[in-house]
Amino acid sequence: MEFLGGKFLQVFIALAVFAALIGLIMLIVDRAPKSVKDKLTIVGFLAPAAILMLVGLVYPAVQTSFLAFTNASGQPNGVDNFVWMFTQPEALATLRNTVIWTVLVPLLSTVFGLAYAVFIDKARGENALKALVFMPVGISMVGAGIIWKLVYDYRGPGIEQTGVVNAVRVALGMDPKQFLLDAPENTIFLIIVMVWIQTGFAMVILSAAIKGVPVELVEASRLDGANPWQQFRNVTVPGIRGALVVVLTTITIATLKVFDIVRTMTAGNYDTSVIANEMYTQAFRAGEPGRGAALALVLFLLVLPIVVYNARVLRQQREIR
Amino acid sequence: MTVMPAPDEAANSSRTQSRKDKGRPATPEDSAPIMRRVKTKLTSRWATAAAVIIATIWTVPTFGLLVSSIRPAAKQVGPRSDGWWNFFADWDFTFKHYVDVTAAAGSQSANLSQYFVNSLAIVIPVTVFVLVLASMAAYIFAWGNFRGREATFIFVFALQIIPLQMALIPLLSLFTQVLKLPPGSYAQLWIAHTMFGLPLGIFLLHNFISEIPGEVIEAAKVDGAGHTTIFWRIILPLSVPALASLAIFQFLWVWNDLLVALVFSGGTADVAPITQRLAEISGTRGNRDFLNPAAAFVSIIVPLAVFLGLQRFFVRGLLAGGLKG
Repeated sequence: MEFLGGKFLQVFIALAVFAALIGLIMLIVDRAPKSVKDKLTIVGFLAPAAILMLVGLVYPAVQTSFLAFTNASGQPNGVDNFVWMFTQPEALATLRNTVIWTVLVPLLSTVFGLAYAVFIDKARGENALKALVFMPVGISMVGAGIIWKLVYDYRGPGIEQTGVVNAVRVALGMDPKQFLLDAPENTIFLIIVMVWIQTGFAMVILSAAIKGVPVELVEASRLDGANPWQQFRNVTVPGIRGALVVVLTTITIATLKVFDIVRTMTAGNYDTSVIANEMYTQAFRAGEPGRGAALALVLFLLVLPIVVYNARVLRQQREIR
Repeated sequence: MTVMPAPDEAANSSRTQSRKDKGRPATPEDSAPIMRRVKTKLTSRWATAAAVIIATIWTVPTFGLLVSSIRPAAKQVGPRSDGWWNFFADWDFTFKHYVDVTAAAGSQSANLSQYFVNSLAIVIPVTVFVLVLASMAAYIFAWGNFRGREATFIFVFALQIIPLQMALIPLLSLFTQVLKLPPGSYAQLWIAHTMFGLPLGIFLLHNFISEIPGEVIEAAKVDGAGHTTIFWRIILPLSVPALASLAIFQFLWVWNDLLVALVFSGGTADVAPITQRLAEISGTRGNRDFLNPAAAFVSIIVPLAVFLGLQRFFVRGLLAGGLKG
């Protein structure tokens, strides 16, 4: 346990230094002469975050964009990295998988989350039922990877199965299956893990949105003779459209960046790699930072339209305010 | 980004609905309210059944992990192994794996307790840094007065989407070559996580802080309070729900992170977090596989406790302003 002391000391020093810095900023701002006080406040309050974001995000993003046009030894090589990405079979499989991920995960998570939110709305034990599906949101993707490796576990035919899915398959008279080995369906089995994680997030947001739909509207449609499906389609869904957009975009961005699940479960082998994982492999394992940067750049371009859309919505809202 | 329904939108749809229904021939339901009530009951019963099925499917994997973690090694691997559900037929259990994975030494040890401490040592300062810095910036974006405020704020919002993957390579060389941060210390992880956490933090807190009534701040100004006083005495206390939500968010995010850890920790037992150790031991196929469930459970117990214990605040903060227009 002697290692503890040094670690606590490091944490303590870090917190103390941070507190001192913040205290200093506050002191300077507070003691400033009236003429510059407002300006100094803005600079003092904004500068620490701004500097960190510029150094940690903006500068690296610009750097990476340049890096994407260089080869393994750092020499400019034009668009070679992108040619590699769109011609090599392995790289193409990576792109294909990323597309499948970003289509299926947001769609399935939102559909399951919405269905579940509707099913449990005003049901008995609603909070307990919610917690069960919400739970995976708090589990790390590495943890989820281990959990699902157990679920997908494979033993040869005739031997007792230890994975729950294969046990069910055998019980139904089917052959056990190596879920993570056979391309292309192994990508689907990895996607299921991400859906398992994200559904709870979608459910919680959508459930709150459903409760925001005025009861009178639902009641009115019921009196007009709408059946539950019609109520859902014509009253609930239009009423939660905003929340649906939020959920879809958030999950799409999270999915584009997904890395840990693939890495823990297959390490990107057997044709399961995705851009985010391949980027790490190329840049930090294969010694090809240029290719890694090119992949990151493509990832950025894929997310860009989603953010532009969201930023526009945000701006409209602020103009209304 | 509105969770609350746009009122006119929803009203319109119900109006079209009623118009459609007027032209519809009367069905038995219209004339027989009892029938309809029975039908609603039935549908809700089906809905409940579907919900229970989904909840079961969602819970079984984690439950299986928990049960696996207390089954003896021989039941998990090797010729006498079988599925975890057989546990309920013979109640053969052991906590040995938990002792093994957390012990500081021994052939089976994954030394998890040390990595567990690392995770805490990484996550606690980062959460504090992000909360303080993000709330300062959010306050200025909400109540400060400077040119280009809107545009800057939208820019910060947009920063959320820079994939971390894009930042890693340049940041690593900046840390090691320019700033000469000592390798094998937490400093790189603290700074990197703080940098990456700020855009979302500022965004979430800004939405909350900008909804604080302006009169409160005006009144304080009249009483002679400066920005710093207003910030510490009024803004922060009033923002507790949003701060709590962001704290949970940040805690989970950093605790569960693998990518940033892989790049900046240097992989040493001195600083690497528990997720990294977990990824390592689960990557090595072999005769220690039976330790994985216990190890995984050790790593998820803290975020799960934080998460389930505080989920009410988490959701409230997420919904406060963040999604409401």
